[in-house]
Parts: sequence; C-alpha cells; structure tokens
Amino acid sequence: MSERVIISGGRVVDPANKRDEIADVIIENGRIADILAHVSAKPKRNGNGASNGATVIDAQGCIVAPGFVDLHTHLRQPGREDKETIETALRAAVSGGFTTVCAMPNTEPAIDSRGVVEMVRQEAQRVGLADAQVIGAVTIGRQGKELTPFAELFEAGCVGLSDDGSPVGHSLLMRRALEYARMFDRPIIQHAEDSQLAAGGVMHEGAVSTRLGLRGMPGAAETVMVARDIALAELTGGWLHVAHISCAETVDLIRDAKRRGIRVTCEATPHHLALTDAAVGDFDTLAKVNPPLRTDRDRRALMQGLADGTIDAIATDHAPHTDWEKEAEFDQAPFGISGLETALAVCITELIETKALAWPQLIERLSTTPAKIARLASGSLAKGAAADITVINPSLRWRVQAARFASKGRNTPFDQKDLIGRAVAVLRNGRLVYEAKEAGEA
Amino acid sequence: MTTTVQDVAVSPWMRKDLLGLWELSADEIRLILQTAGSFREVSERSIKKVPALRGKTVVNLFFEPSTRTRTSFELAAKRLSADIINIAAQTSSLSKGETILDTVRNLEAFNVDIIVIRHQSAGVPHAIARKSAASVINAGDGSHEHPTQALLDMFTIQEKKGRIEGLNVSIIGDIAHSRVARSNVWGLTKLGAKVTLCGPPTLMPKHLDDWNTRVTFDVEEAIEGADVLMLLRIQHERQETTLVPSLREYRLRYGLNAERLARGKPDVLVMHPGPINRGVELDSSVADGPNSVILEQVTNGLAVRMAVLYLVAGQGRPPSIEEK
Repeated sequence: MSERVIISGGRVVDPANKRDEIADVIIENGRIADILAHVSAKPKRNGNGASNGATVIDAQGCIVAPGFVDLHTHLRQPGREDKETIETALRAAVSGGFTTVCAMPNTEPAIDSRGVVEMVRQEAQRVGLADAQVIGAVTIGRQGKELTPFAELFEAGCVGLSDDGSPVGHSLLMRRALEYARMFDRPIIQHAEDSQLAAGGVMHEGAVSTRLGLRGMPGAAETVMVARDIALAELTGGWLHVAHISCAETVDLIRDAKRRGIRVTCEATPHHLALTDAAVGDFDTLAKVNPPLRTDRDRRALMQGLADGTIDAIATDHAPHTDWEKEAEFDQAPFGISGLETALAVCITELIETKALAWPQLIERLSTTPAKIARLASGSLAKGAAADITVINPSLRWRVQAARFASKGRNTPFDQKDLIGRAVAVLRNGRLVYEAKEAGEA
Repeated sequence: MTTTVQDVAVSPWMRKDLLGLWELSADEIRLILQTAGSFREVSERSIKKVPALRGKTVVNLFFEPSTRTRTSFELAAKRLSADIINIAAQTSSLSKGETILDTVRNLEAFNVDIIVIRHQSAGVPHAIARKSAASVINAGDGSHEHPTQALLDMFTIQEKKGRIEGLNVSIIGDIAHSRVARSNVWGLTKLGAKVTLCGPPTLMPKHLDDWNTRVTFDVEEAIEGADVLMLLRIQHERQETTLVPSLREYRLRYGLNAERLARGKPDVLVMHPGPINRGVELDSSVADGPNSVILEQVTNGLAVRMAVLYLVAGQGRPPSIEEK
C-alpha cells in the first residue's frame, strides 16, 4: 500500500538536522520521503484535502516538529486501571503531541521482569496510537533491596531503569546499579529524594507550608541525593539520569557535573516550570505533586537550565489519579498531576511567549534530546525516518477543561486556565493518530 | 456590669464559616470578641440559656480526641438552645474506603446547620466548607489553625489587660507544630500586639519572614518585658525523637518555673491552651499561681464559642439576647 501524505507550508523545526524553515514534508509509506521548499499549493487554501492521490495537511502558520518523546509517564496499567489504562494514556499522549511515551515501572506488579515489559508493549501495540517504551525497575518490586535482572529487562526492550517514586536510597546498591548498567549503555533514572529528610512531607518546605502547617519537603532532600548520585556516577562511569528536577541548587550541581565530564542527564516537568508552592493556595490537592512545586527562584533557575542546556529534556511525569483520591485530606491525597494534555501548551505559554526559549530549543527538549536519552530513532525528521510528526498551532488560545481530557486523570492544577498553543495534528508512522476537532479559537 | 470588651463600631458578620484567623480582618476579630462579651454575661445568670439558636442543628465532628474543646462547643450550643450531636471518628476516612467529603455529604443529608470539625490533617475544614452548604467552624486542623482557642486567648488578654494593642506577648514552645501558635500570631498581630516566638530551633519554623514576629531561642529573653506568656504543650504524639533530646532537657532550658517567672513583669499573665504537661513546659507552682489565668481561659472559651456559633448561624444580624 503506497500512502502519500504532504504536510504543506508549515515551519519545519527539526533540531536534530538543524532545520528551521517553511517547507513541505513529504511522507511515503509511513516514512519521511523528503522535505522540499514549500510549493504554494493551488486548490487547498481552505484546509486539508487530497492532491494527486496524496493526503494534504495544511500546516500554514503551524510548527511542524518531530513527535514528542515523554521520558516520564505513568500508565498505571497493570494494577490501577481505575486511574488510567494504557489505551487512555496513549490517547492522552497523542492529543498532547506525544508520539512516544516511556512508561514508569511503579505499576502493580512493578515492571521488574520480562513478562510485565512484554505485557505493556503488547497492549500499547494493540492500541496503536503512540509508541510505549518501557522503563524497568532497578530493584525487585521497587523494594530497594535486590537488583532486577538488568540483562533480561534490556533485552525485552527497556530504555532505562528506575525505581521512580521510591528513590534508590542505599548508596552501595546505587553504585552497583550504575556500574552494572554500563554494559548496556542505558541510564539509571533516579527520583532524587532523601527519604529520611523528606519523610512525611506533603509540599515544599517554605513560607507557604509554614503558614498552612503542612509538613514540608526541603529542597535539600533533593540536592543531597543528586550530589550523592553525581559522586557515584563519577566513581563508576555509569549514566545517571535525574528525573523531574525541581531545585535551583540541583541545576547548579548538574551544570557543574556536566562541565566536569560526568555522565549525567536530567529532565524537568512543565508544572515545575510554570508553578510555585503558592499554587497549593488553601490546600488544593491538585497542586500536590512530588517533587513538590517550589519557589519562584527555583522556577527561574529551571528555565535558565533549560535555556543553557543543563536540563536535557522536558518530561511530563504524567500521574493520573481518580477524583475521589484527590478529594482526600491534603496530607493523605496522592501526589501527582495529569500532564500529557497540557504539557505543550504550558511550555508555549511559559517558555515561548516569555521568550525564555526559542522554538528550536523547545522542540529539542520535547523531541530530540529525550529520544537520544531513550536511544530511539525518533525525534528527528531525517529522510527515511519513521514519520512521527506533531503539527502545532502556536498561537491558538484555549481553556483547559480537565473534564474533557482523554486521560482518565483529571487531576490538574491547570484546569480552567487559559493557555496558548496546542497540537492540531499528530502522525505516527505517517498515519494521522490525532487531529484537533475545533480548528478555531477554543 | 461594665462590658469588658470595648465597643467598636463594626460591620456585621458576613462569613458562612470560621476557618481561621489568617483570613479575618481586625474588625471581624473585634466583632467576635465583642459578641463574646455579651455572651459571657449569659453564663453568669441563674438560667444559663438563651433561645438564639433554637431549631438549629450543630454537629461536633471530632476526628482527634478532645475533651476540652468538644465539651466547650457542646455546652456553648446547648446554652444557645441548639440541638447538638457528637461524632467521634478516630480514623482517616480513606482507610474505610470513603473520603472525608463522603462523610460530610452524609451529614448534609440530615440538613445540619453547623459543622464543628477537628481533624488531624490541616485543611480539612476548608475542603468541607467549599463543598458544604452548612457553616463550618474549625475546631483545630492539624498544625494549621485553632481559631476559637486564639480568640478565647485574646478575649482573656483583653479582659485582664484592658487592651491588646501594644502588648508584648511571648509564645513559648513547639511553634512549628502548633495550630494555637499560628492562630494567635495572625490574631494578635492584627490587633496590634508585639509577638515574640520562643523555642529551640528544631521547634521553630524557618520561614517566618512574613509573620511579623520576633524570634528568640532564649527563654529569658522571651520573659523579659512580656505582658503575656503563652506556653504551648510539648506534644509527645507529634514528636520525633530528633526534635529535642529529651523532655528533661526541654524543661531545664525552656520550662517556666517560679524562678524564671520572677524575672518577668510582676503582672505578667501566664496562659496555656491545655492540657498542661505539669513539670515539662510549666511548673505546677506557676500553673496554679497568681499569674496564671488558665481556668479563666476555659470559662472564656465558652463565651467565645457561643459568639462564633451565633455569628455563623445568624450571618449579619446584631446580637440580641433576651432571657427566655
């Protein structure tokens, strides 16, 4: 079957190939056949249509980017299908512009064996919207005691290992994990938190937690762990990837480690870039997330880290929960934000509109570098590459309506917020897997 | 009888709930104290009951054990002729598979008018108030606020000293985990008192820039020049071992005894929200001594809680109290 798709007249931003120009992307048989200077198309000024047997997507005024790769997604399946299923998560992913998500292993059971990895990948293939890659657990049952069978997990296709949510606290075990993973050239992904320092904490320790009488998690709970892990990465030569960093001091530690040639990468989430602990307001559990929303100083340091390349990737930490769980007492409610469907718009609103980042930089953090960290072929619009493409309307103003999310998790502090920009068409392997229903102002 | 609370022209009470003193204006606090002054007199009559809340239903919903506060609210409601029921729930609702809001929706189905709630988790009264048509009174939420305690403390200070503005009030103890301290800081500073916080650094919050208070780790410094000493209970149940090395060391360094008290102003008031740890934060001789107003605090608590119940139930009408 020879299928031809033309994405016509958009601004093609492909940092992997240093491309940023108005062009037509030609897709044949699910792969990028060519990128040509834009030919002002004749009959199709009024939207999408067919031309010479090809499907034409009119992308004028839009950004055409390699599909986004999320390094940090909680699919919840197996185990908590009431919060999210692989199908609803992948539907949420493509509506947010993500063509690949990396599933975190804190499912029930944890992803600590080949069987669970295969189950997740098979179900994702059946759903077929976005690609689901898998991050396996570092320790069996994420218990922090015994290493999982790394070789078996990587052979089954894992792109990294993490005990996310439960930091690897034992220093010798972390050393062994970083050391052993070297032969696979894959990262150990750490949720950097000193469990004793953060014990019982439910938000950032600062002026807001002090006023509200809530137990705080100090920034030091993160930086203590990051400093230790950098020392271990230096000792072992292993690859450390620090998940969802939240503190100004963490940015400094990682910047310094990179300068010293230590193999460390990291990610930050849109909510840590957009919000501070003030979002907790009067005990809003929708703003309860771990690591916690911190101060404006931290937020600005993250932006700086993104701009100067210290922070390699933007990852959602998509963490769907049921409404009733988030209705609990603040200190009992679960941590997490449903992030796939707002990530891009939050980034455009907070980073592009404020000129903190230019478009190529944002696409690099959403597609190019996360694909490199997961060692995937995606994240590039090179000729011959699989056509995973996200078309973005960069100026569309819309209001977040969590009740209309594709995700089962409606837990977002951005509900009812006005944001700018969104994915309007998403292709995976050249097939249209998402198309925005309303093209106009939402 | 002269009223002990100065008459201030204030606007009527417009709030559905009393959740904390953080969000109240100085005028709103004065209105509660003024109303409490009127009710204080009711408790001294031979018939201690007024019909103000006849036909209203009050629920005392206590998720934490409490004798003093629960009894005080119960008696206050009864003296206002309200119907009151007590519900003691000791566990987090999630452990039963339902949320706190499910519990409240069940109560709402009985058409209750006022929910008085104490809960070990900060913010629960706020969550309930947002969802419930009933008035919500916070009777203590975690380490957050205990507004009626602070109001009765302020009422007592006002009664004994004739004013609050300009007074030096030192709060000594576990500031970090104390809802009484928070409510008193917001209330007292709004009415113009100069508040000093005193305790070991491990019991002192680190982010106090916007609290408008003075901080000292030295108890002698807190006592010197103080018009009021407010002692806080060292709460064993909220303590990890690492906060203070031992209760003995706390007593030696911060405990208020006769010797330390003698270095303060002769007419300094000694207050405590109770229950007292005799021999820890407060020596028995001081607790029972002439400077102590601890039992007056309890008496005034009743008047303050009557005032609060009355104001949230009536929302806006000025007090009119007739004997039945």
